[in-house]
Amino acid sequence: MSARAETWLWIAQRASAGVLALAVVVHLGTVIAAVRGGLTAAEITARLSGHTGWLVFYLVFVAAAAVHAPLGIRAVLAEWTPLGRRGSAIASAILAAALLALGARAALALYLGPH
Amino acid sequence: MPDPRTISVSVWRGAAAGRFVSYDVPLNANQTVLDTVTWIQRHREPGLAYRFACRVGMCGSCAMTVNGTPRWTCRTHVNRVLRDGGLQVAPLRNLPVIRDLAVDMTAFFDKMARARGAFRPAADPPADFAVVAPASRERRAADAGIECIGCAVCHAACDVVAWNPDYLGPAALNRAWTLVNDVRDAGTAERLAAVAGDAGCHACHVQQGCVQHCPKHLNPTASIAGLKRAVARAAIKGEL
Repeated sequence: MSARAETWLWIAQRASAGVLALAVVVHLGTVIAAVRGGLTAAEITARLSGHTGWLVFYLVFVAAAAVHAPLGIRAVLAEWTPLGRRGSAIASAILAAALLALGARAALALYLGPH
Repeated sequence: MPDPRTISVSVWRGAAAGRFVSYDVPLNANQTVLDTVTWIQRHREPGLAYRFACRVGMCGSCAMTVNGTPRWTCRTHVNRVLRDGGLQVAPLRNLPVIRDLAVDMTAFFDKMARARGAFRPAADPPADFAVVAPASRERRAADAGIECIGCAVCHAACDVVAWNPDYLGPAALNRAWTLVNDVRDAGTAERLAAVAGDAGCHACHVQQGCVQHCPKHLNPTASIAGLKRAVARAAIKGEL
Protein backbone atom coordinates (compact mmCIF):
# COMPACT_ATOMS: atom_id res chain seq x y z
CA MET A 1 0.00 0.00 0.00
CA SER A 2 1.25 3.50 -0.77
CA ALA A 3 2.88 5.62 1.89
CA ARG A 4 0.06 8.13 1.62
CA ALA A 5 -2.64 5.47 2.06
CA GLU A 6 -0.80 3.95 5.04
CA THR A 7 -0.50 7.39 6.59
CA TRP A 8 -4.24 8.03 6.24
CA LEU A 9 -5.00 4.64 7.78
CA TRP A 10 -2.72 5.57 10.69
CA ILE A 11 -4.55 8.88 11.09
CA ALA A 12 -7.88 6.99 10.96
CA GLN A 13 -6.70 4.58 13.64
CA ARG A 14 -5.53 7.39 15.93
CA ALA A 15 -8.67 9.47 15.37
CA SER A 16 -10.94 6.46 15.99
CA ALA A 17 -8.93 5.73 19.16
CA GLY A 18 -9.78 9.24 20.38
CA VAL A 19 -13.48 8.66 19.71
CA LEU A 20 -13.33 5.24 21.39
CA ALA A 21 -11.67 6.68 24.50
CA LEU A 22 -14.65 9.00 25.03
CA ALA A 23 -17.25 6.46 23.92
CA VAL A 24 -15.92 3.73 26.22
CA VAL A 25 -16.02 6.12 29.21
CA VAL A 26 -19.65 7.01 28.45
CA HIS A 27 -20.54 3.37 27.82
CA LEU A 28 -18.91 2.08 31.03
CA GLY A 29 -20.39 4.94 33.04
CA THR A 30 -23.82 4.04 31.73
CA VAL A 31 -23.28 0.34 32.47
CA ILE A 32 -22.17 1.08 36.04
CA ALA A 33 -25.13 3.39 36.59
CA ALA A 34 -27.57 1.00 34.91
CA VAL A 35 -26.67 -2.16 36.84
CA ARG A 36 -27.20 -0.50 40.23
CA GLY A 37 -30.86 -1.46 40.08
CA GLY A 38 -30.21 -4.82 38.45
CA LEU A 39 -29.79 -5.32 34.73
CA THR A 40 -32.83 -6.27 32.68
CA ALA A 41 -33.58 -6.29 28.97
CA ALA A 42 -36.70 -4.25 29.63
CA GLU A 43 -34.66 -1.54 31.34
CA ILE A 44 -32.16 -1.37 28.46
CA THR A 45 -34.83 -1.10 25.79
CA ALA A 46 -36.68 1.49 27.87
CA ARG A 47 -33.53 3.61 28.01
CA LEU A 48 -32.57 3.30 24.34
CA SER A 49 -35.80 2.78 22.46
CA GLY A 50 -36.81 5.87 20.51
CA HIS A 51 -33.90 7.99 21.83
CA THR A 52 -32.12 9.48 18.81
CA GLY A 53 -29.24 10.75 20.96
CA TRP A 54 -28.37 7.23 22.13
CA LEU A 55 -28.75 5.90 18.59
CA VAL A 56 -26.28 8.47 17.24
CA PHE A 57 -23.90 7.78 20.14
CA TYR A 58 -23.92 4.02 19.55
CA LEU A 59 -23.62 4.36 15.76
CA VAL A 60 -20.55 6.58 16.23
CA PHE A 61 -19.19 4.08 18.78
CA VAL A 62 -19.75 1.21 16.33
CA ALA A 63 -18.16 3.12 13.43
CA ALA A 64 -15.09 3.96 15.54
CA ALA A 65 -14.71 0.33 16.63
CA ALA A 66 -15.17 -0.88 13.05
CA VAL A 67 -12.35 1.43 11.91
CA HIS A 68 -9.99 0.96 14.85
CA ALA A 69 -9.97 -2.76 15.59
CA PRO A 70 -9.51 -4.10 12.03
CA LEU A 71 -6.53 -1.78 11.47
CA GLY A 72 -4.80 -3.29 14.48
CA ILE A 73 -5.79 -6.82 13.47
CA ARG A 74 -4.45 -6.13 9.97
CA ALA A 75 -0.95 -5.47 11.32
CA VAL A 76 -1.05 -8.56 13.54
CA LEU A 77 -2.22 -10.76 10.66
CA ALA A 78 0.43 -9.38 8.30
CA GLU A 79 3.23 -10.02 10.79
CA TRP A 80 2.15 -13.26 12.43
CA THR A 81 0.25 -15.21 9.78
CA PRO A 82 1.06 -16.36 6.24
CA LEU A 83 -1.79 -14.21 4.83
CA GLY A 84 0.58 -11.52 3.56
CA ARG A 85 -0.17 -7.80 3.35
CA ARG A 86 -2.91 -8.08 0.75
CA GLY A 87 -4.61 -11.05 2.39
CA SER A 88 -4.47 -9.33 5.79
CA ALA A 89 -6.00 -6.17 4.32
CA ILE A 90 -8.85 -8.16 2.76
CA ALA A 91 -9.50 -10.13 5.97
CA SER A 92 -9.51 -6.89 7.96
CA ALA A 93 -11.88 -5.20 5.52
CA ILE A 94 -14.29 -8.15 5.96
CA LEU A 95 -13.95 -7.81 9.74
CA ALA A 96 -14.64 -4.06 9.47
CA ALA A 97 -17.77 -4.66 7.40
CA ALA A 98 -18.99 -7.33 9.84
CA LEU A 99 -18.40 -5.11 12.90
CA LEU A 100 -20.17 -2.22 11.22
CA ALA A 101 -23.15 -4.31 10.08
CA LEU A 102 -23.61 -6.23 13.35
CA GLY A 103 -23.06 -3.14 15.52
CA ALA A 104 -25.39 -0.94 13.48
CA ARG A 105 -28.01 -3.70 13.50
CA ALA A 106 -27.82 -3.95 17.31
CA ALA A 107 -28.00 -0.16 17.77
CA LEU A 108 -30.93 0.14 15.38
CA ALA A 109 -32.76 -2.80 16.97
CA LEU A 110 -32.52 -1.17 20.41
CA TYR A 111 -33.60 2.19 19.00
CA LEU A 112 -36.64 0.69 17.25
CA GLY A 113 -37.56 -1.28 20.35
CA PRO A 114 -39.13 -4.71 20.80
CA HIS A 115 -42.05 -4.06 18.40
CA MET B 1 35.89 -27.95 39.73
CA PRO B 2 36.15 -25.03 37.27
CA ASP B 3 39.14 -22.76 37.65
CA PRO B 4 37.90 -19.55 39.36
CA ARG B 5 40.46 -17.57 37.37
CA THR B 6 38.89 -18.51 34.05
CA ILE B 7 35.46 -18.12 32.50
CA SER B 8 33.81 -20.29 29.91
CA VAL B 9 33.04 -18.30 26.75
CA SER B 10 30.76 -20.05 24.29
CA VAL B 11 31.18 -18.58 20.81
CA TRP B 12 29.14 -19.11 17.65
CA ARG B 13 31.18 -20.77 14.90
CA GLY B 14 29.86 -21.04 11.36
CA ALA B 15 27.35 -19.03 9.35
CA ALA B 16 23.56 -19.45 9.46
CA ALA B 17 24.24 -23.10 10.23
CA GLY B 18 26.83 -23.64 12.91
CA ARG B 19 27.29 -24.38 16.59
CA PHE B 20 28.55 -22.87 19.82
CA VAL B 21 32.12 -23.78 20.81
CA SER B 22 33.28 -23.19 24.40
CA TYR B 23 36.68 -21.78 25.36
CA ASP B 24 38.19 -21.23 28.80
CA VAL B 25 39.39 -17.64 28.92
CA PRO B 26 41.52 -16.13 31.73
CA LEU B 27 39.51 -13.73 33.87
CA ASN B 28 41.03 -10.27 34.27
CA ALA B 29 39.99 -7.14 36.09
CA ASN B 30 37.95 -4.70 33.97
CA GLN B 31 37.85 -7.18 31.11
CA THR B 32 35.33 -6.51 28.36
CA VAL B 33 33.41 -9.06 26.32
CA LEU B 34 35.42 -7.92 23.29
CA ASP B 35 38.62 -8.66 25.24
CA THR B 36 37.54 -12.27 25.72
CA VAL B 37 36.75 -12.68 22.01
CA THR B 38 40.11 -11.16 21.09
CA TRP B 39 41.86 -13.50 23.56
CA ILE B 40 40.19 -16.51 21.94
CA GLN B 41 41.28 -15.38 18.48
CA ARG B 42 44.85 -14.71 19.55
CA HIS B 43 45.37 -17.80 21.68
CA ARG B 44 42.91 -20.50 20.63
CA GLU B 45 41.20 -19.88 17.30
CA PRO B 46 43.14 -17.71 14.82
CA GLY B 47 40.40 -18.19 12.23
CA LEU B 48 37.65 -16.68 14.44
CA ALA B 49 35.83 -13.94 12.52
CA TYR B 50 34.61 -10.89 14.42
CA ARG B 51 34.61 -7.17 13.89
CA PHE B 52 35.86 -4.23 15.93
CA ALA B 53 37.76 -0.98 15.39
CA CYS B 54 37.89 1.74 18.03
CA ARG B 55 37.38 -0.28 21.26
CA VAL B 56 36.05 2.85 22.98
CA GLY B 57 32.38 2.91 21.99
CA MET B 58 32.62 5.29 19.06
CA CYS B 59 32.68 3.25 15.87
CA GLY B 60 29.75 0.88 16.30
CA SER B 61 31.60 -2.13 14.85
CA CYS B 62 31.68 -4.63 17.69
CA ALA B 63 28.03 -5.29 18.50
CA MET B 64 27.24 -8.93 19.23
CA THR B 65 24.62 -10.93 21.08
CA VAL B 66 25.89 -11.54 24.59
CA ASN B 67 23.88 -14.03 26.66
CA GLY B 68 20.96 -13.46 24.33
CA THR B 69 21.09 -9.65 24.50
CA PRO B 70 22.46 -7.33 21.78
CA ARG B 71 25.31 -5.23 23.19
CA TRP B 72 28.37 -3.20 22.24
CA THR B 73 31.03 -5.63 23.37
CA CYS B 74 33.89 -3.13 23.76
CA ARG B 75 32.06 -1.26 26.53
CA THR B 76 30.45 -4.25 28.19
CA HIS B 77 32.40 -5.47 31.21
CA VAL B 78 32.42 -9.23 31.63
CA ASN B 79 31.57 -9.04 35.33
CA ARG B 80 28.37 -7.15 34.50
CA VAL B 81 26.98 -9.83 32.19
CA LEU B 82 28.53 -13.04 33.49
CA ARG B 83 25.91 -15.76 33.91
CA ASP B 84 26.71 -18.96 35.82
CA GLY B 85 30.41 -18.25 35.39
CA GLY B 86 30.18 -18.02 31.61
CA LEU B 87 29.26 -16.03 28.55
CA GLN B 88 27.53 -16.93 25.33
CA VAL B 89 28.57 -14.74 22.40
CA ALA B 90 26.61 -14.92 19.15
CA PRO B 91 26.32 -12.71 16.06
CA LEU B 92 23.70 -9.95 15.96
CA ARG B 93 20.12 -10.96 15.20
CA ASN B 94 18.19 -9.78 12.09
CA LEU B 95 21.25 -9.61 9.80
CA PRO B 96 22.79 -12.45 7.77
CA VAL B 97 25.82 -14.05 9.40
CA ILE B 98 28.93 -13.97 7.21
CA ARG B 99 30.99 -16.13 9.53
CA ASP B 100 31.21 -16.65 13.30
CA LEU B 101 30.50 -13.28 14.96
CA ALA B 102 30.61 -11.11 11.84
CA VAL B 103 27.26 -10.18 10.25
CA ASP B 104 26.65 -8.62 6.86
CA MET B 105 25.66 -5.00 7.65
CA THR B 106 24.68 -4.17 4.05
CA ALA B 107 20.92 -4.31 4.65
CA PHE B 108 21.30 -2.15 7.77
CA PHE B 109 23.17 0.62 5.96
CA ASP B 110 20.98 0.33 2.86
CA LYS B 111 18.04 1.11 5.13
CA MET B 112 19.79 4.31 6.27
CA ALA B 113 19.98 5.31 2.59
CA ARG B 114 16.36 4.27 1.91
CA ALA B 115 15.23 6.45 4.83
CA ARG B 116 17.07 9.38 3.16
CA GLY B 117 19.57 9.40 5.97
CA ALA B 118 22.00 11.68 4.13
CA PHE B 119 21.94 15.45 4.57
CA ARG B 120 20.55 17.20 1.49
CA PRO B 121 21.69 20.78 1.00
CA ALA B 122 19.39 23.33 -0.60
CA ALA B 123 19.76 23.84 -4.35
CA ASP B 124 21.00 27.41 -3.88
CA PRO B 125 23.92 27.74 -1.50
CA PRO B 126 22.94 29.97 1.42
CA ALA B 127 24.55 33.39 1.50
CA ASP B 128 25.62 33.00 5.11
CA PHE B 129 26.00 30.41 7.84
CA ALA B 130 22.71 29.01 9.10
CA VAL B 131 22.07 30.16 12.65
CA VAL B 132 20.66 27.30 14.69
CA ALA B 133 19.66 28.23 18.21
CA PRO B 134 20.74 25.40 20.54
CA ALA B 135 17.55 25.79 22.58
CA SER B 136 15.20 25.68 19.58
CA ARG B 137 12.68 22.83 19.48
CA GLU B 138 14.14 21.42 16.26
CA ARG B 139 17.73 21.50 17.50
CA ARG B 140 16.82 19.80 20.77
CA ALA B 141 14.95 17.07 18.87
CA ALA B 142 17.94 16.53 16.57
CA ASP B 143 20.36 16.54 19.51
CA ALA B 144 18.35 13.83 21.25
CA GLY B 145 19.00 11.37 18.43
CA ILE B 146 22.24 12.55 16.88
CA GLU B 147 24.72 10.43 18.88
CA CYS B 148 23.83 7.19 17.06
CA ILE B 149 26.99 5.23 16.26
CA GLY B 150 25.31 2.86 13.78
CA CYS B 151 26.06 -0.28 15.78
CA ALA B 152 22.78 -2.04 14.78
CA VAL B 153 22.03 -3.10 18.35
CA CYS B 154 18.54 -1.56 18.04
CA HIS B 155 18.01 -3.27 14.68
CA ALA B 156 18.88 -6.60 16.32
CA ALA B 157 16.65 -5.89 19.32
CA CYS B 158 13.60 -4.98 17.21
CA ASP B 159 10.94 -7.69 16.85
CA VAL B 160 9.25 -5.78 14.02
CA VAL B 161 12.45 -6.11 11.96
CA ALA B 162 12.38 -9.84 12.70
CA TRP B 163 8.77 -10.10 11.49
CA ASN B 164 9.17 -7.74 8.53
CA PRO B 165 12.75 -7.69 7.18
CA ASP B 166 11.83 -4.74 4.91
CA TYR B 167 11.07 -2.54 7.93
CA LEU B 168 13.57 0.34 7.98
CA GLY B 169 14.21 -0.18 11.68
CA PRO B 170 14.95 2.12 14.61
CA ALA B 171 18.40 3.37 13.57
CA ALA B 172 17.44 4.47 10.05
CA LEU B 173 14.24 6.12 11.25
CA ASN B 174 16.06 7.83 14.11
CA ARG B 175 18.57 9.17 11.60
CA ALA B 176 15.74 10.43 9.37
CA TRP B 177 14.16 12.21 12.36
CA THR B 178 17.40 14.07 13.16
CA LEU B 179 17.47 15.36 9.57
CA VAL B 180 13.76 16.30 9.59
CA ASN B 181 14.77 18.57 12.48
CA ASP B 182 17.82 19.98 10.69
CA VAL B 183 16.68 23.40 9.51
CA ARG B 184 19.43 23.48 6.86
CA ASP B 185 18.27 20.28 5.17
CA ALA B 186 16.17 20.57 2.00
CA GLY B 187 15.14 16.94 1.60
CA THR B 188 12.39 16.59 4.18
CA ALA B 189 9.38 16.20 1.83
CA GLU B 190 11.10 13.34 0.05
CA ARG B 191 12.30 11.91 3.36
CA LEU B 192 8.84 11.89 4.92
CA ALA B 193 7.49 10.02 1.89
CA ALA B 194 10.38 7.54 2.20
CA VAL B 195 9.80 6.79 5.89
CA ALA B 196 5.99 6.55 5.75
CA GLY B 197 4.21 3.27 5.15
CA ASP B 198 4.17 -0.30 6.38
CA ALA B 199 7.93 -0.74 6.02
CA GLY B 200 8.56 2.62 7.66
CA CYS B 201 7.52 4.49 10.78
CA HIS B 202 3.95 3.14 10.72
CA ALA B 203 5.22 -0.40 11.28
CA CYS B 204 6.60 0.48 14.74
CA HIS B 205 4.60 -1.07 17.59
CA VAL B 206 6.26 1.07 20.28
CA GLN B 207 7.63 -2.02 22.04
CA GLN B 208 10.79 -0.01 22.80
CA GLY B 209 13.29 -2.84 22.48
CA CYS B 210 15.50 -0.27 20.77
CA VAL B 211 15.22 2.10 23.73
CA GLN B 212 16.04 -0.64 26.20
CA HIS B 213 19.14 -1.84 24.34
CA CYS B 214 20.63 1.29 22.73
CA PRO B 215 24.14 1.54 24.21
CA LYS B 216 24.05 5.33 23.74
CA HIS B 217 20.75 5.55 25.65
CA LEU B 218 18.96 7.13 22.71
CA ASN B 219 15.21 6.86 22.26
CA PRO B 220 14.53 5.77 18.67
CA THR B 221 10.89 5.05 19.58
CA ALA B 222 10.38 8.74 20.36
CA SER B 223 12.04 9.63 17.05
CA ILE B 224 9.69 7.26 15.21
CA ALA B 225 6.70 8.79 17.02
CA GLY B 226 7.95 12.21 15.87
CA LEU B 227 8.11 10.94 12.29
CA LYS B 228 4.55 9.60 12.55
CA ARG B 229 3.36 13.07 13.61
CA ALA B 230 5.38 14.83 10.91
CA VAL B 231 4.16 12.43 8.22
CA ALA B 232 0.53 12.85 9.38
CA ARG B 233 0.87 16.66 9.24
CA ALA B 234 2.32 16.40 5.72
CA ALA B 235 -0.54 14.11 4.62
CA ILE B 236 -3.18 16.47 6.03
CA LYS B 237 -1.56 19.41 4.22
CA GLY B 238 -1.48 17.35 1.00
CA GLU B 239 2.33 17.42 0.91
CA LEU B 240 2.99 13.68 1.17
